[in-house]
Amino acid sequence: MIAQNIGFWIIAATMVVAALRVVTTNNVVHAALWLVVVLSGAAGQYILLAAEFVAVTQVLVYIGAVMVLFLFGTMLTRARIGSDSDLNNSYKKLGIPVATVMLAAMALALIRSFGDEKMPVSDNIVSTQQVSDQIFGPYLLPFWALSFVLLAAVIGAIVLARKD
Amino acid sequence: MNPILAEIPYWGQSLLRVLGGLVAVLLPAGTIVYVFLFKMMSFMQSRLGPMEAGPYGSMQLFAEVGKWLQKEDIVPERADVRIFKMAPVIVLLSTFLLVVVVPFGPDAWFTDFETGVFYALAVSSVSVLGILIAGWASANKYSLLGGLRAAGQLIAYELPMVLAVMGVVIQAGTMNLQKIVVAQNSGSMFGFDAVGHPYVISQFVGFVIFMIAIQAELTQAPFDMPIAESELVSGYMTEYSGFRFLIFFIGEFATAGVFAMIASVLFLGGWGVPFAWFGWTSIDDIDNWMNIAGPIIMLTKMMLLVFIIMWIRFSYPRLREDQLQRFAWKGLIPVALGNIMVTSILKVVF
Repeated sequence: MIAQNIGFWIIAATMVVAALRVVTTNNVVHAALWLVVVLSGAAGQYILLAAEFVAVTQVLVYIGAVMVLFLFGTMLTRARIGSDSDLNNSYKKLGIPVATVMLAAMALALIRSFGDEKMPVSDNIVSTQQVSDQIFGPYLLPFWALSFVLLAAVIGAIVLARKD
Repeated sequence: MNPILAEIPYWGQSLLRVLGGLVAVLLPAGTIVYVFLFKMMSFMQSRLGPMEAGPYGSMQLFAEVGKWLQKEDIVPERADVRIFKMAPVIVLLSTFLLVVVVPFGPDAWFTDFETGVFYALAVSSVSVLGILIAGWASANKYSLLGGLRAAGQLIAYELPMVLAVMGVVIQAGTMNLQKIVVAQNSGSMFGFDAVGHPYVISQFVGFVIFMIAIQAELTQAPFDMPIAESELVSGYMTEYSGFRFLIFFIGEFATAGVFAMIASVLFLGGWGVPFAWFGWTSIDDIDNWMNIAGPIIMLTKMMLLVFIIMWIRFSYPRLREDQLQRFAWKGLIPVALGNIMVTSILKVVF
């Protein structure tokens, strides 16, 4: 077992525990902070896969922006210290089966397609430059399409937020 | 890699890098506090500053640290204890993560990160999280208001900072901080290579925006709404005492130092001297003594930039919240976007 594998299992175990705490804790801010642990674990896994650009993007977008805005929003509206008794957990009965089925489906798909097959270790690590060459080359059109979707969402948010 | 460094086993190199990281964070922080906060501010206010501890008050900092360490670590009764205790550590952690990508010499670096600039901008945003939960967990309205103000301000000023860096990245053609240093020092301006090509000249707009943005990111006056003492006691730090306050305090000045180092790497040529002076052509020709001289050059440039930050801090009154937001969104961001456009057009033309 090489060091990367040990790292993978430690991070993966932490992520699973943190993910369970996100849905079982009864404080909104605690749930958000456990989600931060899950997301930084994902960034760590990307680093182990030598995808540093994706890892850094994960930190910048999810931890630096999405989670901060999320916490900002909850703290402005409702974020009590201590446990919240009136949290809406009534969808638990529906949520647990759905999550189990999703896990089973993904596990089945992975085992069916790869089984015990070992992936060859690839030497050519994809550099950031290659990623950008791909985005601004063959994938330019999808990139533009995505940009327009984001722009539409931004304008939509402004329209919704403005009172006048 | 350097032959001397290559002889040391991996664990030894790692240990050296960790020690180097501690020095690179704590030494500038201490120097900044003594030189600027204790002495420069005092002189600007026509007083002497601390004079008793050590020659010329130079040991004052150790006295202060000793004082903070022996104070009681008070946690408010209604606070969320675990998160309250965790928050200052997250802020300091972000500083340590930030210094990892800063190069100090041809071989004196911690990691040779290919997307260094991008990484630095990403981990600097982690400190917002610490400040936000520090404000919330204190169970105090002033603290919460301070935390929310800080988050709003840090998000707003992160954008012009990222956009200002973009101009440098376009010009250097790389996001690796080490290669940005080499690009500046081996470059020339219209064939004139006596000073290399520091981007502070060709990216002057970007430099000014970056300096304003880090002033706001560090919540130094005139951007100190989050800890405005006349309105919020001291914002998100109100309830902290003892060594947890010390961690916030070190975090503030260490981050000032690290941001100034990043600014000096991006705009002033970092650890390097113009390669033309010694007839070097690439990073492999550089003599070994640059690994000693590099950090000193770097610290000099850092002190220069921190001097500017502190000078402005001690000179200007505080901006109002709406002025602060308007300045970022309607002033800095459009200018930074324009700067990117002009830079990329000129890059294609030349």
